[in-house]
Amino acid sequence: MPDQPLLDVRDLRVSFRTRRGSVTVVDGLSFSVAPGEILGVVGESGSGKSVSMLAVLRLLTSPNVTVEGEVRFRGRDLLALPDKDMRAVRGREIAMVFQDPMTALTPVYTVGWQIAEQIRAHEKVSRKEAHARAVGLLSDVGIPDAASRANAYPHEFSGGMRQRAVIAMALSCGPALLIADEPTTALDVTVQAQILDLMRELNTEGSAVVLITHDMGVISQIADRVLVMYGGRAAEEGPRRAVFHGPRHPYTWGLLDSVPRVGGPRLRRLPTIAGMPVAPGDLPEGCAFAPRCRLRHEQCAERPQLRDFAGSAHRDACWLPDDDRAALRLTARAAATDVPDLEREATP
Amino acid sequence: MLQFIVKRFASALLVMFAISVLVFLIFFATPGVDPAARIAGRNADPATLAQVRHSFGLDRPMPIRYLLMMRHLLIDRDLESFVNRGSRVIPQIVQATPVTLSLVIGAALIWMTAGIIMGTAAAALRGRAADPLIMLVGVVGVSLPAYWLGEVVNLITQKQLHSSVFSWVPPPGYVGLDHPGQWALHLLFPWLTLALLYAGIYARLLRGEVVGALNEDYVRTARAKGLSERRILIRHALRCSLIPIVSLFGLDFGALVGGAALLTEVVFGLPGIGKLTFDALQNLDLPVIMGTVLYAAFFVVLANALVDILYARLDPRARHA
Amino acid sequence: MGQVSTAAPELATVEARRSPGPWRTAGADLLHNRSALAAAVVLFLVVLATLCAPLYAHHIAHTDPFQSHVSGTTVVDGKTVPVLTPSSTGLGLGVTPIGPTWDPAHYFLGADNQGRDVMARLLYGGRTSLFIGFTAALLTCALGTVVGVVAGYAGGVVDAVISRVLDVIWAFPVYLLAICLSVVLLTDGLHLGPLTVEAGSLWLPVAIIAAIYVPYIARPLRGQVLVLRNKEYIQAAVGSGAPTVRILRREVLPNVLPTAIVFVPLMTALAMLTESALSFLSVGVQPPDASWGTIIEDGLGLLYTRPAVTIAPGLLIALTTAALNVLGDGVRDALDPGARLRGGV
Repeated sequence: MPDQPLLDVRDLRVSFRTRRGSVTVVDGLSFSVAPGEILGVVGESGSGKSVSMLAVLRLLTSPNVTVEGEVRFRGRDLLALPDKDMRAVRGREIAMVFQDPMTALTPVYTVGWQIAEQIRAHEKVSRKEAHARAVGLLSDVGIPDAASRANAYPHEFSGGMRQRAVIAMALSCGPALLIADEPTTALDVTVQAQILDLMRELNTEGSAVVLITHDMGVISQIADRVLVMYGGRAAEEGPRRAVFHGPRHPYTWGLLDSVPRVGGPRLRRLPTIAGMPVAPGDLPEGCAFAPRCRLRHEQCAERPQLRDFAGSAHRDACWLPDDDRAALRLTARAAATDVPDLEREATP
Repeated sequence: MLQFIVKRFASALLVMFAISVLVFLIFFATPGVDPAARIAGRNADPATLAQVRHSFGLDRPMPIRYLLMMRHLLIDRDLESFVNRGSRVIPQIVQATPVTLSLVIGAALIWMTAGIIMGTAAAALRGRAADPLIMLVGVVGVSLPAYWLGEVVNLITQKQLHSSVFSWVPPPGYVGLDHPGQWALHLLFPWLTLALLYAGIYARLLRGEVVGALNEDYVRTARAKGLSERRILIRHALRCSLIPIVSLFGLDFGALVGGAALLTEVVFGLPGIGKLTFDALQNLDLPVIMGTVLYAAFFVVLANALVDILYARLDPRARHA
Repeated sequence: MGQVSTAAPELATVEARRSPGPWRTAGADLLHNRSALAAAVVLFLVVLATLCAPLYAHHIAHTDPFQSHVSGTTVVDGKTVPVLTPSSTGLGLGVTPIGPTWDPAHYFLGADNQGRDVMARLLYGGRTSLFIGFTAALLTCALGTVVGVVAGYAGGVVDAVISRVLDVIWAFPVYLLAICLSVVLLTDGLHLGPLTVEAGSLWLPVAIIAAIYVPYIARPLRGQVLVLRNKEYIQAAVGSGAPTVRILRREVLPNVLPTAIVFVPLMTALAMLTESALSFLSVGVQPPDASWGTIIEDGLGLLYTRPAVTIAPGLLIALTTAALNVLGDGVRDALDPGARLRGGV
């Protein structure tokens, strides 16, 4: 890797203590983010993508959670940092935007107040100055008439406006890294595009972005690199082009194939990934995806590690032979679109 | 805001009216004995009964009866007790009001302070030993019968330990505000007794609210902003949790001023509204009971209206509703 | 790399995981809640003790707790002593009953001012208090559920009328309401159509307490039903022409039932406290019946001489209601963590 990574996560493990014993939600996840890059993290609900990011910022406050591993940010291990220093990192160096803008803001304070609160938590500025900066930020993220809207309460904002306000808040201290956890999931499609533009703009100003989503479309528009997660582990990782044009892991195939295409051949039935996402408590010994994989074999009982493919930055965790993947993908897809007989007869 | 206040008070008047009808129906329209006999009290002579019948229009239709009762109460203000002939109801209520207010306001200050501290502390310390301990105090508070607790307090301060630790405790009773020191001294244990019960209720309730708030997304946002845990707890979680607490406080405060503190007043010999109601009950002195109940309704409704306005100040979402 | 059998795609190898169902889960949660279990044990012991009341009265204490024994005697340390001693102080009108002997056969907790065995009365009184508390709570929860569901589901004028009435009762101090009702009904009992409750009957306080707390249950349930009614699956049921009764039974009731059940133990505690207060004010349980509240009232005059008469029933009320509250909290956490019952005295 040419640059020293901004964020370097090594062997991150998150487990929850429950009544039925310990449940591992993130299981040995490693990834890194270079300065100024956009990393897209994809996976189904429950794949551990949100939890791992919360763990990075140490926002998992429940006493039943244990986080192990190493999270190096600018060389410092965040997991070992004293609380006070960690607070200085949160909001100032790493900011986070959450999925649901409707509930992300405290309902009883004005939007401007909440942005100013963050500024004042990290910088010694007067109340007035902080407010003025908040107004500026709101205007930057495209809120019209920001000076008066800053004095409005969250419930007086629309969903998209709220997400803008949350992003304005995240940007208030000029963070080096923005972690956005499904920032567009709860929004209209048109608003989604605007928010993604905002992220891109922010990225051109120098912040690195980790974008968590389950939407391959969003990733294809914006990410530099992609990390595919399944069952709390990395399934595949690589540059966006490589992952989209030559996906290697059967799970990634499933994700890409289940996106309907406007231009492609008309399908009777959209391919789906068979079965249910693995529950954190039921993680198998071997490959987490094996129970749902049409190409599983004996070796899958052993856990695959991330390996690179022909020395490139494109890596995946799968036992299938390296060379043959495109053909195997077609086989798997054919099986997934195989319509049961009854249904076929009913269609003229 | 002004429109909101006007609307709120209009609906308060409506509730007042409804309560007065309810009380009227309980006393005059429940099947059973002759209402005149109820009003006149035990063993009334025929002449009194006749007088009651005439004065309350018991031979006339219901709405007229209701209006007559209201006239006695509000316009002529000449509602008289038939048990203690000649004693008028309204002046008795006016006299008893400051006693009840003294008791309830003092207790409310104590219980809100204690309840908020206990509830917030328990929520912040959840998962540690202090939380169940604080909540145990809360459960005990909720589970003790008020009057019994008052008696035990009396027993300890007036008898068992009166010669040693509690020699400074005055005998039960009330001293007016013109002697502030004595006033506070006489009310200290009634305050604490009443406050203990409500502090328990409010601590339990607030703990639940704060624990809920701490799991809200906005608290996670606040953490991600890099705020201190203390600030998150107080400025965000507690601030939002106070909203439902305040509306309950309005109900409880109104009910207590309206006479729900009667058990505490009876046990500690405080001549407040509750004691007045209690004494009237002992003699089945219906005019007094009617008077105190309607007075209670007035305070309940007033407190509720004030709290709604406070609520709108606390919760921006309620302002435009 | 090993061989890969690409030919045989393995479909449908994943079974749907079957979840144990909400009631099962709640039961398991409750069984793991140690304080709730402890509370259940305490309750069980209290109920058991009160059930043994006749056993104690007839076979151990050999006394009738409802008869006064003004001139009775008993044996303490082998000596025969009178149960009631004329007061040495005062005007000679009062009597001082015998204090606790700590001997189960002879006035374990002493006597009240009519010479009745306090321990035996406590056990019998507990029956009354528990009976009233539990039946009133069940009645309130049942009535409140019906009222809340009807108001919430019917909407419109029906809802408006019911809600306003509930609001008025909700805002009014419950004790005053109970006292008003009791004063009126105690003289002549309750006659409501075919329903007749005699003035001295235990059902009178049950009915009164059940009635005044209806809004405590109906209001939150109405809110729940309002939310439910707008849910897609109810809309779908309505749209598909399902009869209202069936929607209520199949879709609405199963959703509000957990909340109603959560309220039962908490409501029982509240009802017991209310009963004891009403009895203490002598507008609740009427003699010759005894309840913990009436025993406290009996002890009022003896507070400084024989405090046991007052303290014992109060402690039992506190113990029972505390156990009910802890158990209720456990049930709530297991079934419906959001449910809140308005507390109050």
